[in-house]
Amino acid sequence: MNTQYYVFLSLLLFAIGVMGVLTRRNAIVVFMCIELMLSAVNLLLVSFGKVRGIFERVFDAHSRAGADAQVFVLFVMVVAAAEVVVGLSVVVMVFRNTHSVDVDKLDRLKY
Amino acid sequence: MMVVLSKSPVGSVLALVVTLVSVSAHYIFLNAQFLAIVNIIVYAGAVMVLFLFVVMLMNLRRHPGRYHLLLTRLTGFLLGLVFLVALWMVGGRHVQGFHVDAATLHTGNSGLVGTIGQLLFSKYAFPFELTGVLFLSAILAGILLARKPASPKEKNRGPGPANPTDE
Repeated sequence: MNTQYYVFLSLLLFAIGVMGVLTRRNAIVVFMCIELMLSAVNLLLVSFGKVRGIFERVFDAHSRAGADAQVFVLFVMVVAAAEVVVGLSVVVMVFRNTHSVDVDKLDRLKY
Repeated sequence: MMVVLSKSPVGSVLALVVTLVSVSAHYIFLNAQFLAIVNIIVYAGAVMVLFLFVVMLMNLRRHPGRYHLLLTRLTGFLLGLVFLVALWMVGGRHVQGFHVDAATLHTGNSGLVGTIGQLLFSKYAFPFELTGVLFLSAILAGILLARKPASPKEKNRGPGPANPTDE
């Protein structure tokens, strides 16, 4: 079990999310790609917290190594859930105003 | 990858659910059982239902999700690839030494509910309260944004969508 695999997996997930944000024009899909990136970061955080905990203390059956990172990931999830609520209601508002979820049509701020 | 490539947003949502479930499996491998359960319940359950709800509410069959122009699309993919390679060169160089055998990885009770709960209410009590306030403000913002506007033009469009605040 090498942590490098986790690094590579979360890099892959993050890059797929970046590609999605850059290439799609549907606002909901862009939003889901942001969720994908958040999930990748969470995975990396958990695995690094595990490694750090292993380096930090002697490992027995009741060790709490890595629990700090998991609490942190929990906070990230909470913030992401709140962000999803607000973002989706913004998308609903945009859809009501423009009758589309195309992010390219939201260029009125340019002029 | 299907999240990006799928033509319809519903397919994208389902692919994202599959991805999140597999990420939860990795959490279990990393001895983070509580996080795995929370991930499945919150993300693959509630958030994805929310996404599906919004997708179906908007009835996107009429305007399916199109890509950008070819140039923008290629540039996006190339930028994503460059990003991946750059991150990989940075990350892959520095984390090669962390070799953990699987038996060590799976012992310990760091991922159990009790451990995380104790940390949450002792060491991280203030951030925990802060997330409660954040949730409250998110609920208020969701209600405020998704509320039916009072203009008469919008009156005949039926009842407004239920506010997506059932988190």
